[in-house]
Amino acid sequence: MTRPSYPLLRLMLLAALMLMPAIGHALDWDIDQLMRNLAQTRSDHASFIEKKSIAMLDKPVESSGELFYTAPDHLEKRTLKPKAESMTVDGGTLIIERSRQKHRLQLQDYPEVAAFIDSIRGTLAGDRHALERNYRLSLEGTTEHWTLQLLPVNEKMQAVVKRIRIAGVRDAVRSIEITQADGDSSLMLIEKLTTP
Amino acid sequence: MRPTQRGRTAIALWLAFIVACSIIISRSQFTADLSAFLPKNPTPAQQLLLEQIRDGLASRLILAGIEGTDPATRAALSKQIARVLRADPAFVSVNNGEPVSAERDREYLFNNRYLLSPAVTPARFGVDGLHAALGDSIDLLASPAGLLVKSLLPRDPTGEMVQLMGQMDSSSRPRMTDGAWASKDGARALMLIQTRASGADTDAQQRAMTAIRQAFDTAATPAAKLVMTGPGVFSVTSREAIQSQVSRLSVISIALIAALLLLVYRSFTALALGFLPVISGAMAGIAAVSLGFGSVHGITLGFGTALIGEAVDYSIYLFVQSEQRGSDTPCADKQSWIKRFWPTVRLGVLTSIFGFASLLLSGFPGLAQLGLYSIAGLIAAAMVTRFVLPHLLPANFRIHDVSAIGEVLSRLVKHAAKLRWAAAMLLLAAFAILTLHRASLWNDKISSLSPVSASDVALDASLRADMGAPDVRYLVVVSGASRESVLQSAEQVSLTLQAQVDQGELAGFESPSRYLPSVASQRARQASLPSPAELKNSLAKAVRGLPVHASLFTPFLTDINAARTQALLQVADLEKTSMAMAVDALLIQQENHWSALLPLTAPGGGDINAGRISAALSSTGLPDVLFVDMKAESDSLYSGYLHEVILLSLGGLVAIIGLLLLVFRSTRRVLRIIAPLAAAVITVTAGLTVFGQQLIILHLVGLLLVVAIGSNYALFFDRTDSPVAPSTLASMLFANLTTVAGFGVLAFSNVSILQAMGATVAPGVILALIYAAIFAKKTHA
Repeated sequence: MTRPSYPLLRLMLLAALMLMPAIGHALDWDIDQLMRNLAQTRSDHASFIEKKSIAMLDKPVESSGELFYTAPDHLEKRTLKPKAESMTVDGGTLIIERSRQKHRLQLQDYPEVAAFIDSIRGTLAGDRHALERNYRLSLEGTTEHWTLQLLPVNEKMQAVVKRIRIAGVRDAVRSIEITQADGDSSLMLIEKLTTP
Repeated sequence: MRPTQRGRTAIALWLAFIVACSIIISRSQFTADLSAFLPKNPTPAQQLLLEQIRDGLASRLILAGIEGTDPATRAALSKQIARVLRADPAFVSVNNGEPVSAERDREYLFNNRYLLSPAVTPARFGVDGLHAALGDSIDLLASPAGLLVKSLLPRDPTGEMVQLMGQMDSSSRPRMTDGAWASKDGARALMLIQTRASGADTDAQQRAMTAIRQAFDTAATPAAKLVMTGPGVFSVTSREAIQSQVSRLSVISIALIAALLLLVYRSFTALALGFLPVISGAMAGIAAVSLGFGSVHGITLGFGTALIGEAVDYSIYLFVQSEQRGSDTPCADKQSWIKRFWPTVRLGVLTSIFGFASLLLSGFPGLAQLGLYSIAGLIAAAMVTRFVLPHLLPANFRIHDVSAIGEVLSRLVKHAAKLRWAAAMLLLAAFAILTLHRASLWNDKISSLSPVSASDVALDASLRADMGAPDVRYLVVVSGASRESVLQSAEQVSLTLQAQVDQGELAGFESPSRYLPSVASQRARQASLPSPAELKNSLAKAVRGLPVHASLFTPFLTDINAARTQALLQVADLEKTSMAMAVDALLIQQENHWSALLPLTAPGGGDINAGRISAALSSTGLPDVLFVDMKAESDSLYSGYLHEVILLSLGGLVAIIGLLLLVFRSTRRVLRIIAPLAAAVITVTAGLTVFGQQLIILHLVGLLLVVAIGSNYALFFDRTDSPVAPSTLASMLFANLTTVAGFGVLAFSNVSILQAMGATVAPGVILALIYAAIFAKKTHA
């Protein structure tokens, strides 16, 4: 260890500190840029594989199917395996169809579910404002390989979700990883399909 | 002159009568709602309609909207108003989207899920049933809704709560903006307020509206605006509209008539005395209706205003006809008038009474009120003119000499007969018009009677659409002797209706049995629950092949065991939940008769196929199940009235003819009296049609009045002491002008029922007078 190196180190630290706001700003701009890129997709069709680890269940549950998205607020998740079921979000209504049953829920009655769905819908729509209503956003990586992390801001939501990580390549979402407060988690891998 | 002994008695009796009327009137109730148009002896479907309109759930709802300013301010206002109103016992519930009872609702459903869920059967708790239900729940857990059910799984692995929540279809509720309901376009905040008082209690509805308005005014910023609608609001605003119109119109018509009479009489004493029979008649009419019906409808008052124009005729006849040129003894004039003209006037009054008596028979209380009012009013006015007025005239009573006018009229009448051909042509044309339009002559929609303005109706429709408020057009009604029996039937009907929902014939339906199942169903569900040992055993087998351990469900075992012996649900258990309001509205007790209402919702964008639903219901074989289309029911009710009134009017006409035949014993004379009246009726009806007015009941009442008033003219022209004296002609002209003034003012009203009457009577009486002159006996010429 040589003493003369200290001033240099301090200088570097200082420089780093001075650069911090600029970096922060650059990241902010990146989120905006990402949002703009994402917002360009008006409709999307993709396949998914989802793996859920739930403590109550002895083993993870795997499912697969297709996703449909139409800007700004129509999202449909059609599970084909292991059992056909579908979930459609249209504006403020969530419709779940399983076997013969059809459940229609108003998202406003279930704020936690709404926040959950809005994390995905907001990302697909590139709606930063909507995302920031419930989450603190941070972005890592490059435009080629990015990861957007969403941390819930309010306590009610924190009691349900610990974090959501959405990874993507350029303007396409590739995976959504949700970690719940109780340790249960799910990972959804998304593969873009040609528009039907 | 000093009144004679007889005169003093007459005056004393009259004063006593006026005092009595005043007392009755001061205690009278005034209404303006459509309930006056509902029948006295209804069919079961009509009875239901009546009850729903009077105090059904829909009648107690006030929809409020807050407009102006920005969404956040509107939402804040909505919450502030709701807080104030929720503390007011006049309101049962105030909904604006705030989750005030959501917690209680969820608690009620969850704690009582094994009594409430229709999925609870013995099979569901066997090994296979459990296996299937658990598999389902696990799937749900892995689905996006898993978040909702995860915490419930250990206590409710069969998913009864999910079942129950699924029944509460809430798709049509408004969306939330800043924590309160807002319209789709985001332009207004919405509130749905239920009053404790029924919609028929107009005073209470008015107080409720005032309370809402006050809560708004204390909270509001100047830019914000409050709008309200609903059946109760309509009653209040119609009453206000009718009252303000009636008071304004009566001031105008009294002023017009007074000005006219002053011009003729040139004497304030004569004017004041001339109004005595009118005031007496109006008071007698209101008092009679109040005694006979318990309350007085606004329309009756409006009609009363117009009747001033007829009641004043009697005093005109007395004053003008007894005014003989050159006579110095007015007293003797009055006596001779009584001798010469009273029989004619009396016959005129009698024909009017015979005409209106037919209305008394109407099953339509509003119309019977008009009939009673007219009869009482005309009798009182005529009696006062005949027996009281002559004694009140001062010794030197004189009115302005009107003989000049009489002479002019006399010359005119001599030439009137020349117009016979022209009149016949006009009549023929009128006939042709009526024949041409006979299919569309009548308006048989009950809404044609509604005094509610078009802009209010539009506001109502827009708020209703925003709210997705129940439009209680289609209802299934189950009746029975006890709450239990109607709940049981409602459960069976629900099964049928659910099948229709599954087939897409209905979007949904409501039933009180959903929130409060019958005791029988609750018992059956309780009996389906296995003992702890049995359940534990089945559960252990049921989890085989599923990714769960039976030990996870220990809380389930505890809950089931508790549910097996829990007390059955009663109405009181619903307290403070939003479902209490539904049960209260859908389960109705009347003495020892119960009804359950099951409102249906039409499938999205479509209409309900009434035939299909009613066939499905009748195939259940359940007695006392009624499928009601409220709109069709009310329209058919009204068109039933319309036909009834047409028949009654014809009956009145027959009665008048019968009376005249009895008096004159000459078909020719009676024909000559009736002819101008019939001609006037035909011409005025054709005229209304030409101007695009479809006839409603009140037009018909107007026509009856044309006959009643016109009969006086026809009778005067028919008097045998020909030719008709100039003073008689003058009196008829003045009487006619006052009638036209009284009713003509109504024609400018924007309350359709008043307008209809005015537009019929004013031209009708002019025509009756002209026709009477034209068709008078030729000997005058």
